[in-house]
Amino acid sequence: MLRLDHVSKTYRTGSLGRGRLTAVRDVSLELRPGEVLSVIGESGSGKSTIGRMILRLLLPTAGSITYDETDIGALHRGALKDYYRNVQGVFQDPFSSYNPIFKADRIFSILHAEFFPRVDADEWRQRVHEALESVGLNPRDCLHKFPHQLSGGQLQRLLIARALLLDIRYLVADEIISMLDASTRIDVLNLLADLKARGLGILFITHDLSLGNYISDTTLILRHGCIVEMGATEKVFGNPRHPYTQDLLASVPLLHEKWRRDSAKAPTVTRLPEQAEAPPLVHVEDDHLVAAG
Amino acid sequence: MSSVPTAPLASPADPAQVEEPPIRQPMSGFRESLHFALRNKKLLYGLSMTTALLLFAIIGPLIAKHAPLAYGGRLSLAPTTRDGYWFGTTLQGQDVFAQFVTGLRLAFIVGALGGGIAAVIGMVIGFTAGYRAGIVDEVLNMLTNVVLVIPTFALLLVIAAYLQVRGILMEAVFIGITSWPWAARALRAQTFSLVSREFVDMARLSGRSSRQIIFKEIAPNMSSYLFMMFILLFGGAILIAATLDFIGLGPSNTISLGQMMQLSVQNAALQLHLWWWFLPPGLAIMALVGSLYVMNVGLDEVFNPKLREM
Amino acid sequence: MALHVEDLRVYYRTLAGDVKALDGVTFEVADGEIMGLAGESGCGKSTLGKSLIRLDGRMRYVSGHTVLDGEELPIWDDAAMNAFRFRRVSIVPQYAMSALNPTRRIGRMIHELLRSRGVDPHRAQPELERRLELVGLDPGVLGLYPIELSGGMKQRVVMVISTLLDPSLLIADEITSALDVSTQKAVAQTLVEIRDRGFVKSMIFITHDLAVLYQVADTILVMYAGKLAEKAPADEIVANPRHPYTRLLVSSLPEVGVRYAEKELTGIPGRPPSLLDPPSGCRFRHRCPLATAQCEQEPPWVEEDGRGVACWEASKAPTATEPLVGNAR
Repeated sequence: MLRLDHVSKTYRTGSLGRGRLTAVRDVSLELRPGEVLSVIGESGSGKSTIGRMILRLLLPTAGSITYDETDIGALHRGALKDYYRNVQGVFQDPFSSYNPIFKADRIFSILHAEFFPRVDADEWRQRVHEALESVGLNPRDCLHKFPHQLSGGQLQRLLIARALLLDIRYLVADEIISMLDASTRIDVLNLLADLKARGLGILFITHDLSLGNYISDTTLILRHGCIVEMGATEKVFGNPRHPYTQDLLASVPLLHEKWRRDSAKAPTVTRLPEQAEAPPLVHVEDDHLVAAG
Repeated sequence: MSSVPTAPLASPADPAQVEEPPIRQPMSGFRESLHFALRNKKLLYGLSMTTALLLFAIIGPLIAKHAPLAYGGRLSLAPTTRDGYWFGTTLQGQDVFAQFVTGLRLAFIVGALGGGIAAVIGMVIGFTAGYRAGIVDEVLNMLTNVVLVIPTFALLLVIAAYLQVRGILMEAVFIGITSWPWAARALRAQTFSLVSREFVDMARLSGRSSRQIIFKEIAPNMSSYLFMMFILLFGGAILIAATLDFIGLGPSNTISLGQMMQLSVQNAALQLHLWWWFLPPGLAIMALVGSLYVMNVGLDEVFNPKLREM
Repeated sequence: MALHVEDLRVYYRTLAGDVKALDGVTFEVADGEIMGLAGESGCGKSTLGKSLIRLDGRMRYVSGHTVLDGEELPIWDDAAMNAFRFRRVSIVPQYAMSALNPTRRIGRMIHELLRSRGVDPHRAQPELERRLELVGLDPGVLGLYPIELSGGMKQRVVMVISTLLDPSLLIADEITSALDVSTQKAVAQTLVEIRDRGFVKSMIFITHDLAVLYQVADTILVMYAGKLAEKAPADEIVANPRHPYTRLLVSSLPEVGVRYAEKELTGIPGRPPSLLDPPSGCRFRHRCPLATAQCEQEPPWVEEDGRGVACWEASKAPTATEPLVGNAR
């Protein structure tokens, strides 16, 4: 199980790092295999920061992140590499995730060199082909090509295939759909749902509520680094208690129902002052927590 | 107003059966660059001029009939085919041609060495500052700014006062350690922009160390930029060396193009109409540095698709 | 008719040949109408939006007519179009946040802009302030630098600037795409507000997000691979789409309330064709489950009762009721 316990992240800003900016404030969550947890938030909510901390690209300034009871903050070199055999990530911009001067399948050869040095070339090629097929890609279409010769959807699937080659337990998917076309989005989403059924735990980070609603079991709503509402997806979406959640749901453009016509003023959301504590979470029903105040 | 809703449409079940229209294969990156390189006039002109001068510098000293600093020829001889004084002689009777080709060779050496040292220092500092950011970046930035504002002439005068003999090596090293700041700045900025790209994160998630990432992911991405930067440093080093030589701070045990010009001015060659003494070195410096810069402009067009004319 | 576009063709020049980004598009936008232009990347909607106001360096006008309020827009002539821009046709560009000069206070930038268009800024000032308040912004915003405003605020400032001279036609190019969902709603509603108050006569709202269009547009035009696929009033095109592409697209959009466990949505396999060398006939036929041999000929645009569609099959059976299964090929 992947667990965050009262995790906070504060950045130093300004010259010589004298300013402070708190991106994540006292977040606790649990991710289990075979479960999809959606972290939903707008820009600046800290959702990507949480993903990067789980991937050990950043270290939390408070709290701990544990993987099967081991604190990942203490991992280095070999132990960190073992962690990466179990936890991987896919990011938002498929074209930025590849080094443009190399071919796209270099991501597999890096994996081969770093994690599977003893596997011979033929066996490795076989594994790569199997991984590609399991994400719905035809090896003939996507191997030996440069990233700019492939579509966004293919590139994202290649990255998922890469993660699967490591036989991971958890995947951090940070806005992986938002740069894809509408017709490709649903296919990648369905792929994630399929992987979940096969036992993968997914942290699905998004700003799009309809996507989160589609595949997740648990939903966490984040605002300015603090959790405002959290629980089983049907409960959070079906019975939103926090005014922020309600506002968000009311703003989502639906396909069969029009918005209520209110004034054209955008909601002004003020940031919490730096020293403030995150509001505590209160149970409103089973598997449904809401921030007080 | 909705009438009978249309029943959902099922797309073909097997994606592999969908007939894909053929995709045109674009040229690979390298071949595309080569294609443009061979058509770029600036690049071709600059490259051929530089190569011609390089060949001259290599072959010249081998065919010169006299040693560059040897006296013995007739004084102030105009260029002639007799006795191998193809470029004539100086006021003191030295062979201008021999001096010229020696100077040309030295120009290439100083350019390569001085430019090379500046490039290496600039790369180390630029990459480290850009990759590490934070406090390391601030310290390196301060260092870069300090070196940038040091008055190089004053420094060189002080050094010259303490050294008995200055060789071409000393000059190249001096140029190298004082002209790296702008290269470091430029590389730092480029590195910053690449480090924020997600493929660097993906490399980290593959267990790669920082050193591996800089050498295997970032530097290759900037290879065209590094190449162009080296050419600029090369040309710049030659120019700086010529300037230093001209004001008398050049190597004391040999003769360079800048020194030829210095001596010719000191000996009133202009007034005495000894044009063969100052014109060849002046034109050579101009041609060499100019063609390097023109080549660089052409390379920029080759590597940067947005600058190519349609 | 406010805007009438007839068989417009605009191609992009590239080394490999002409990319036929916009290949014969005909439609009308009435006074007071917000027309939504939907489609995925590469369909030509942005090209259409840009062509109506300014062809950029690589774009090449090929043929077609554009008539605004009875007067032909000389879109092939950059200098002649200058008289129309900002006064008759205006655009709110994509990434409008970057359209504001970061080193200038907003008020000063607007003054310079107005002066360059021959408008006295001091006379326009009261109206400018009034409109800023209407869209929910404090007029004090004029004294700020762009970096001090949020994305949504910048977007609305640009919208006010673009409509200051009451143009007949406003082109909004992906103005909601980079915004959070709550600001998106405010910005989209501002667009409607601008139309309702008569600042602008008609609008073309370009976006890939069909759901947002459903919320604010009167009519929706769906484009595919440089051509029009379908046109219908917003309610109808979502409830009762006719073109197979539109039908597949609508059914691939996840909505709040729809969960994977209950109903698995499907996408559209394959990719749009390359516009360097587009296939003959219907450009969707390689991905279309209803394609027949007839589709090798380009389907005509058939319009009736305010609905138009370019599809052989769809024009034959306007209201299909049996579930359709893809053709085995």
